[in-house]
Amino acid sequence: MVDADITEKKDTVEEYLINMGPQHPSTHGVLRLVVNLRGEIVKDLKPHCGYIHRGIEKMAERNTYTQIIHLTDRLDYLSAHMNNEAVCLLVEGALEVEVPERAKYIRTIISELSRLASHQLWWCVMGMDLGALTTFFYGLRDREHILDIFEENCGGRLIQSYNCPGGVMYDIKPTFQQKVKECLAYFKTKLPEYEDLLSGNVIFQQRTKNTGLITKEEAIAYGMTGPSGRGSGFSCDVRKKNPYSAYDKVTFNEILRTEGDSLARYKVRMDEMRESMSIIEQLIDNIPEGDFAAKMKPIIKLPVGEYYQRVEACRGEFGVYVESRGEKNPYRIKFRSPNFANLSALDYMSRGEKIADLVAIMSSLDLVIPDIDR
Amino acid sequence: MTNEALKDFIVTCAPGATFTESKQMVVAIIPQNDFFTLVKKLKESATTAFDFLVSLTGVDFNPSLGVVYHLESSELKHIVCLKTSTDDRINPILDSITSLYPAAELQEREVFDLFGVRFNNHPDMRRLFLDDEWVGYPLRKDYVDTVNIIDLIK
Repeated sequence: MVDADITEKKDTVEEYLINMGPQHPSTHGVLRLVVNLRGEIVKDLKPHCGYIHRGIEKMAERNTYTQIIHLTDRLDYLSAHMNNEAVCLLVEGALEVEVPERAKYIRTIISELSRLASHQLWWCVMGMDLGALTTFFYGLRDREHILDIFEENCGGRLIQSYNCPGGVMYDIKPTFQQKVKECLAYFKTKLPEYEDLLSGNVIFQQRTKNTGLITKEEAIAYGMTGPSGRGSGFSCDVRKKNPYSAYDKVTFNEILRTEGDSLARYKVRMDEMRESMSIIEQLIDNIPEGDFAAKMKPIIKLPVGEYYQRVEACRGEFGVYVESRGEKNPYRIKFRSPNFANLSALDYMSRGEKIADLVAIMSSLDLVIPDIDR
Repeated sequence: MTNEALKDFIVTCAPGATFTESKQMVVAIIPQNDFFTLVKKLKESATTAFDFLVSLTGVDFNPSLGVVYHLESSELKHIVCLKTSTDDRINPILDSITSLYPAAELQEREVFDLFGVRFNNHPDMRRLFLDDEWVGYPLRKDYVDTVNIIDLIK
């Protein structure tokens, strides 16, 4: 009789720390995550920020308000126009300047085009993160049409600095309306292709359904706004709560879903693309004639006090808080960044998920790192 | 809740509170000792229900160091601004609200990093953006750094 070698069955699953980033193709920028793994399951993760900290808030304390607009472009560069608009609206609200209707319409149309371009980029990168490289090319190809419109009218593809306190810097070109309509007509034929390519894919759905769950109460507690918060049912659209520019003249739906997983956040953004197109269509033919900017003094000084202005950037609520002591520079300016709040929920959402699903969760959150680090 | 009712609520919970004029929202300056209990009541009371921490900002009020909080209610749709500060510039300490709002964890680390204000009961009080070996707190008004900051206006 052979004596069987009875060895104790050891638990062979190891725990270890791995480092994702700061150079990593799917962290969308320089974000470093130190992930505590047990086998393939994430136990917790800690983000290390600061690789692109440029001290924008300190720089802004020695700049005038018009110069600060150029700094806000570089925060969340995919919603550069909305960041500019936030500072302009704050200055106009504090000085009680009436912006002409034409400028409001132009600002809203360009904001919604920015949102569309940003969601196109998000879609193409989400597919690429999960391995579907084709989506990357489709999204970028279609986004070029919008960037061409920006380049012709605003002077810059990604970073426009087109807003200025009082309105916009220069009037739109005569071909603007026709080009925007052509662009929307083109994209309407492409969006069903996007749905065909990715949304119905079985592998994509299995990787995003029921992963990265966050309930509505937790989303509110972490301050998750934007499409990420709306995927959990948190109704936080600033365009509906505190309408600004021409948003009170259009009708659109706030897309809310209750599941709170990566697939819900995906679907919210796809539907938001349709809503953006609908908003642009309601405005594009009705741009009123008139001035494109109100007359402002050359040196802008805000009255003593504090002001808070919020806009709906592509990723959530972007807020600007200014404390002014009557000078031409702000005493303290703070940018409430939507990505910073969304990042703080990443730890909670990814506990218990596999590391491959962590990549899906991060791309469904749509983080832009310069906004986190400022 | 109307602004007047909100002011009364705040004064009931924190008797030393003062208010400043602002067109946009109620701005209350709260003494440091009453701050945490006030925020807890504002969050848990059904008439105010402030469950969304919009923004947490460190400010160098010169001479005191403080923090400005914007709180909003997702159900009742009102917003309030609270300020608290400490006069101690060598070792400033305030109370953390991370136990009430998990969103505050990274934000308070940022305030510590840039202003030097420590928070009691914070789960992980260390710098966020700058190196651990960095000396000084850049966003303070008396911060001097001749290497990294170029002062063109002399």
